[in-house]
Amino acid sequence: MIIAKVIGTVVSTIKHPAYHSYKLQVVQPLNLPGELPEETFLALDSAHAGVGDTVLVMREGNGARQVTQIKDAPIISMIVGILDSVEITEQAKGNSR
Amino acid sequence: MLLGKIVGTAVATIKTLELTGVKLLVVQPLNKNLEPSGSLQVAADATQAGYGDIVFMVRAREAALALEEKFVPVDLSAIGVVDTVDVDRSIRDFELSWGYSQFA
Repeated sequence: MIIAKVIGTVVSTIKHPAYHSYKLQVVQPLNLPGELPEETFLALDSAHAGVGDTVLVMREGNGARQVTQIKDAPIISMIVGILDSVEITEQAKGNSR
Repeated sequence: MLLGKIVGTAVATIKTLELTGVKLLVVQPLNKNLEPSGSLQVAADATQAGYGDIVFMVRAREAALALEEKFVPVDLSAIGVVDTVDVDRSIRDFELSWGYSQFA
């Protein structure tokens, strides 16, 4: 999973049925200082996050199918949690360079 | 999943058998500000999108799952027509900091 921030919402009426009853959010992955920012992407929200929340995003189809309980759901990215806090120890500093 | 704009259609008569009946759309991937980002691609149409529509798309195996027939050899499918995209541009801080950080 990755840590990302919800920056917006997409409204769509005509869409694949598996996407009904979930909010489609625009998320921006967070990056450590000095790292290149990643692309913004869309994620289906199963954690009821709001714009500005820092969230946990899972990016794998099988996980999405487990969450939605829909066989063959064409979903890859899902918000699966709203983060309260994160602790990143200093030792991790070396590897990211 | 990602946003895209339909900028054209593609037709192929000689193709792999499984692709018969699949409508091909030429799409321009878009970023969060709906500006073009990346090169044009061809997506399978799973949502009856038309020229000029903003759609959202899915890649990889999920692109094939979005179509009725099973195991269609596609890696990108348009699966929904977008009505509105509402992005809060005042959010600028996308940096994680070392140590302990608490989120409101």
